[in-house]
Amino acid sequence: MSLTIEDISYTYETGTAMQVTALDHVSVEIPDKQFIGLIGHTGSGKSTLVQMLNGLLKPTGGRILYKGEDIHGENFDRKKLRAKVGLVFQYPEHQLFEADVLSDVMFGPRNLGLTEEECRRRAHAALRNVGMDKKFYEKSPFDLSGGEKRRVAIAGVLAMHPEILILDEPTAGLDPKGRDEILGLISEMNSRMDMTIILVSHSMDDVAEYVDRIMVMNHGHLVYDDIPAKVFSHYQELEGMGLSAPQVTYVMQYLREQGLPVRTDIFTLEEAAAEILAHRRDIHV
Amino acid sequence: MFKSITLGQYYQTDSVLHRLDPRVKLTATLVYIICLFVVNSFPGYLFAGLFLVCMIRLSHVPFGYMVRGMKAIVFLLVLTMTFNMFLTPGEPLLRIWKLTMTKEGLSTAIMMAVRLSFLVIGSSLMTLTTTPNQLTDAMEAMMSPFKKIHMPVHEIAMMMSIALRFIPILMEETDKIMKAQMARGADFDSKNLMKKIQSMIPLLVPLFVSAFRRANDLAMAMEARCYHGGEGRTKMKPLVYQGRDWAAYLILLAFFAGCIAFRATSHMVPFPLGAIN
Amino acid sequence: MISIRKLIHDYFRQDEDGNVSEKIRAVDGVDIEVNAGEFIVILGHNGCGKSTLAKHINALLFPTEGEVWVEGMNTTNEDQIWDIRQRAGMIFQNPDNQIIAQVVEEDVGFGPENIGLPTDKIWQRVEESLKTVGMYEYRKKSPNRLSGGQKQRVCIAGVMAMHPKCIIMDEPTAMLDPSGRREVIEAARDLNKTEGITIILITHYMEEAIQADRIFVMDQGKVAMQGTPREIFSRVEEMQALHLDVPQVTLLAHSLRKQGIRIPKGILTREELADALLGRRPAAL
Repeated sequence: MSLTIEDISYTYETGTAMQVTALDHVSVEIPDKQFIGLIGHTGSGKSTLVQMLNGLLKPTGGRILYKGEDIHGENFDRKKLRAKVGLVFQYPEHQLFEADVLSDVMFGPRNLGLTEEECRRRAHAALRNVGMDKKFYEKSPFDLSGGEKRRVAIAGVLAMHPEILILDEPTAGLDPKGRDEILGLISEMNSRMDMTIILVSHSMDDVAEYVDRIMVMNHGHLVYDDIPAKVFSHYQELEGMGLSAPQVTYVMQYLREQGLPVRTDIFTLEEAAAEILAHRRDIHV
Repeated sequence: MFKSITLGQYYQTDSVLHRLDPRVKLTATLVYIICLFVVNSFPGYLFAGLFLVCMIRLSHVPFGYMVRGMKAIVFLLVLTMTFNMFLTPGEPLLRIWKLTMTKEGLSTAIMMAVRLSFLVIGSSLMTLTTTPNQLTDAMEAMMSPFKKIHMPVHEIAMMMSIALRFIPILMEETDKIMKAQMARGADFDSKNLMKKIQSMIPLLVPLFVSAFRRANDLAMAMEARCYHGGEGRTKMKPLVYQGRDWAAYLILLAFFAGCIAFRATSHMVPFPLGAIN
Repeated sequence: MISIRKLIHDYFRQDEDGNVSEKIRAVDGVDIEVNAGEFIVILGHNGCGKSTLAKHINALLFPTEGEVWVEGMNTTNEDQIWDIRQRAGMIFQNPDNQIIAQVVEEDVGFGPENIGLPTDKIWQRVEESLKTVGMYEYRKKSPNRLSGGQKQRVCIAGVMAMHPKCIIMDEPTAMLDPSGRREVIEAARDLNKTEGITIILITHYMEEAIQADRIFVMDQGKVAMQGTPREIFSRVEEMQALHLDVPQVTLLAHSLRKQGIRIPKGILTREELADALLGRRPAAL
């Protein structure tokens, strides 16, 4: 059990008329090697929650334990924690600053005080892992395409060798091609590198196919925390939170209402097609 | 981290001062600052202070809100006071170690402190009751005579108002970039000056890149909305003087006359001026 | 009303000495005719030339070769450039970077001020266009306090206040969350239906494209496909080859067809799918 969140709350602008409760008594366990989707609309508290996980924000109530140690305890090294819990912000390409791609990726390892050689080794490996070819290493990060920049930015966090990787809306602003590539990359990292991944998104369609577990945030509360099929069965409640189930779930739901007795706990195309084919004798074509 | 600075940020409420023409408020602030240097006696400062208190009451801005804003200049106040107290030559009052506090020094220090706080309160009263847009409008209107000498008055005003709009956006962005670099292990709290300067690079480069991108986008968006400089442009909110504005000018004139009267009679109530004046 | 004829646009990259080192052909021989009152969607992945094309309609860029006509005015005619920009308004991706003023109503008034309308006329237009996009009650607010969708609606109001005949929207929803996206698209549809404004929407999101009158798909500076949404989306394989999204229902129907279920091509909604599977007379097909 690498991260345990115990009853954390977060309020800001405390004591003023504008007091906002961004998190309201949230408790959650993040075990090793899981692929988690964290869903909620803008202002639901999901971004606040992820900033708590690597100690960038300090909860106003409750505590966060990393391997059993309180991360805001006196002797806890939060800088080390940030290497172990990697956080990739929204539009990470906006944080690129070095003259070439390789140096930018080396920035994180350098901050860990590693040798130059080790930094270089890690940067090479990270860039390989995000599918960036050697020919890009000497290029300026500002000359890359949108999708390439985002890969380099993700590599910058990967090079710190995190155990948990959190990505805040990693597909925002990308076109369908870029989106599919990044999602494919992330899912591959989870399976190949044995990393825990938390994917923050407001799109169920993005996460449905890949994740083992979905957490849904609304108004600072953790409302659902379950396997995808169970979470999507609450599609009506999800809509009330400005969210929606994957499109396929709605299609199955509609078909059932119209008299085709198909299962509705389905959220991928392959499953849906197979389920409809299984009811071949009910189909009139 | 930037949110704690409330000094002079527009305070939205409804009051006579809020409704006054921004040109009046701008003029009044200038006149008030001049007056602070005109008066030089205790009754004179009392007069200026009373005037200020009346204006604060009229503005409907809570006094506490204003005092909180003053926190930012406390350090400056203490510093000027200390310097004045110990470095002004004159009749010794008190000796601490090698430093001598003089009577003249003390009186100068008090006067400087009063003058400085009145100045800050007075000018923040203007920005508290005037939106930055109104302020730039007022500046544009008042500087329009300079157009004759080919000074780009409209362009300056437009730049100021755009800058004001983007300050909060860029501050939020700074916060975001800082957090993102901290997630990559950057250390912004270093005590070492060289390290501190170095640690700014990962913050400043992305910030500049972003600012340029925004500037580029904005220029394009403005052109798309037919912006082509100040020529042939009309105003949605033109500045028109109302009765209350003329009344305000009259009150201001009376105040100015009062201050001159206090100066003229100041020899009757001694309040020595310091060397720093 | 808009007529793009054999449009070619080249970008030139210069080396340090200012000599042209590279020529990039962003738009390559595009012919598009848009009729008044149409709702047009342009699809295509990043770098396909759609944004460059859009900037030609607003006379922000000028043809290397070919012509662009807006309401009988050639965009290269400098005397009419302000007329063209007034008739053909433009909305960009990032709402923050197109709002000039610090109060909503002042921003909406910016365009009318530029075209030199008298003060009372400006107020009248600001009010009516804020009401059209449903942002009237926010007129005194600072744009910084609005959500992304609301900001983008303020931008639309700003364009509407100039009484355009046509609005070109360049990925107006790319930076928004799902509810913001819905807000903006609904506003655009509304303008098209009730005000008869011609809309040219550039997007990646196919759910925004389904209700268009016509779709143009761009690839490598050329128009690769054009037709009604049904015609376009029934060509599933071609769309996938271009890395573009197809509605999930369409994909599901496509995969069922491949597995031997005889349902018609080009199914776009779950209603159509249910009708087809249950042997009911389809209304739309």
